[in-house]
Amino acid sequence: MLLLNAVDTLALARRLRTHALRMTHRANASHIGSCLSMADILAVLYGAVLRVNPSRPDWAARDRLVVSKGHAAAILYAALAETGFLPIDELDTYSTNGSRLAGHVTRTVPGVELSTGSLGHGLPVAAGMALEALRANAPWRAFCILSDGELDEGSNWEAIQMAQHFRLSNLVAIVDYNKIQSFGSVAEVSNLDPLAEKFRAFNWGVHELDGHDHAALKVALIGPPTLAGRPTAVIAHTIKGKGVSFMEGQLAWHYKAADAAQLDAALAELEAGS
Amino acid sequence: MRTETIDALLAYARVNPDVMLLTADLGYSVLERFAEALPQQYANVGVCEQAMVGIAAGLALSGRRVVVYSIANFSSLRCLEQLRNDVCYHDLPVTVIAVGGGLAYGAQGYTHHGVEDFGILSMLPNMAVACPADPYEAVALLPQLLERRRPSYLRLGRAGEPVLHQTAVDILLGRAYWTQRGSDIALLATGPILGRAMQAAASLTRRGISSSLASFHTISPLDEASVRDAGANHRAILTVEEHTVVGGFGTRVAESLLMAGMAPRFGKFGVTEALRGRIGSQSWLLDTLGTIEDHAKALL
Repeated sequence: MLLLNAVDTLALARRLRTHALRMTHRANASHIGSCLSMADILAVLYGAVLRVNPSRPDWAARDRLVVSKGHAAAILYAALAETGFLPIDELDTYSTNGSRLAGHVTRTVPGVELSTGSLGHGLPVAAGMALEALRANAPWRAFCILSDGELDEGSNWEAIQMAQHFRLSNLVAIVDYNKIQSFGSVAEVSNLDPLAEKFRAFNWGVHELDGHDHAALKVALIGPPTLAGRPTAVIAHTIKGKGVSFMEGQLAWHYKAADAAQLDAALAELEAGS
Repeated sequence: MRTETIDALLAYARVNPDVMLLTADLGYSVLERFAEALPQQYANVGVCEQAMVGIAAGLALSGRRVVVYSIANFSSLRCLEQLRNDVCYHDLPVTVIAVGGGLAYGAQGYTHHGVEDFGILSMLPNMAVACPADPYEAVALLPQLLERRRPSYLRLGRAGEPVLHQTAVDILLGRAYWTQRGSDIALLATGPILGRAMQAAASLTRRGISSSLASFHTISPLDEASVRDAGANHRAILTVEEHTVVGGFGTRVAESLLMAGMAPRFGKFGVTEALRGRIGSQSWLLDTLGTIEDHAKALL
């Protein structure tokens, strides 16, 4: 098992952002903005929360993380590589011919629990995992990272309803609420507010926090459910493109990759911020 | 046949505690015995077929074999992408038990007709598709599907389907069962409509036409050897299914024949445009398609 406390999650988050920028640049791939918004969430999860074992990816008692926003594959693979599930050098093969690192999260990669990419699939599966842990009286928890736009998918709300009825207190849904979806701002496309109240009305416990605040993330993700016997939603307010000034809050970085000059500028910013 | 199948599932699950049954709030008067006997292996997740199949995948990824239960089109089309992505591409041990396949809910209207299910599901990777003709076949196939520990679809009728096999026979997944052998025409049937095909075969015999009849209780993997056998030994082949003839069992058989270089006279009996929008009992709806016997004679 990982020595969780030894990990500097801020430094890990910077490395994840660096990897994701390089990977999407090299592959000329989309979704860097979606990767950067969840860098801190992943760093805290892999650095301080998840009980996983990279030498035994199928360890039965591991915590499960389902990344339902499968388009943010690059930074998940980076997190898995930094955790020891695959060689860091392999990140160079992201989205290339014959690689096992597909452009959307795919279970060909050790440590990936579920292939995703079509939105609205992850939370029901995580709920199934949590149900199994409850039925088997197993200690592990099931985490699911969702995008905000993804919450437009009805299948999520089916799972949200079911999970509270089955009292899946070992289920944690983390919403990477970066406020931008495919065609524009969430507020313009299909406004989610009041999101916390929606979860509360469904009998979920809710943490609403700054998704770039590692201390707050740790408290929310490590601590017990805020509503006893019920699942927990962590509504993480984030900034799309977080960490690179010219990408922050910009819809365009849902689609385009940094060119060479932009990559240099982005990496310099990350370096300066370290 | 749904009650017999769930009884068989209960017996199997008693000795296989990794087996779990999920329903999307259907199965009234059918699932109660399972739920009461094995509550830790049962969950009614509510009316949510998409989430149910995702939940099944999550359970299966955690070591369970999962059976999900619903009406045919709800458990196939409503959750098709969850079956494709979460179950089939992950090659998980999830078995769909679909009830009311074909026109079993005839008078309930086309929202309840399951006539596009197995054609579509046969395209999914790793998926076995079974369509038993009677309770005997259903009960024989269920444990074979579960033992396979991979995605599968068991398409059942509703209730009260007669037992068609009068003697104990071996029903093996992936292998058609010949109920009779003849020489002029081969009737290849899948599902409870086998009963009508049996009546047609008897009628043809009375008119001096020698027919073979096979129960293709497994659609995927298709028993290609039996298809070639039919092509090699008969002047004509008629497929019989309670499913649209576009992309269904007959299409699979025709493709298999062509790929084998065979071109017998060929016809498909099944759901056509003639049924679109029609309301009526299963029997009445099937009658509107004409008789299997007439379809067979037209090929000779």
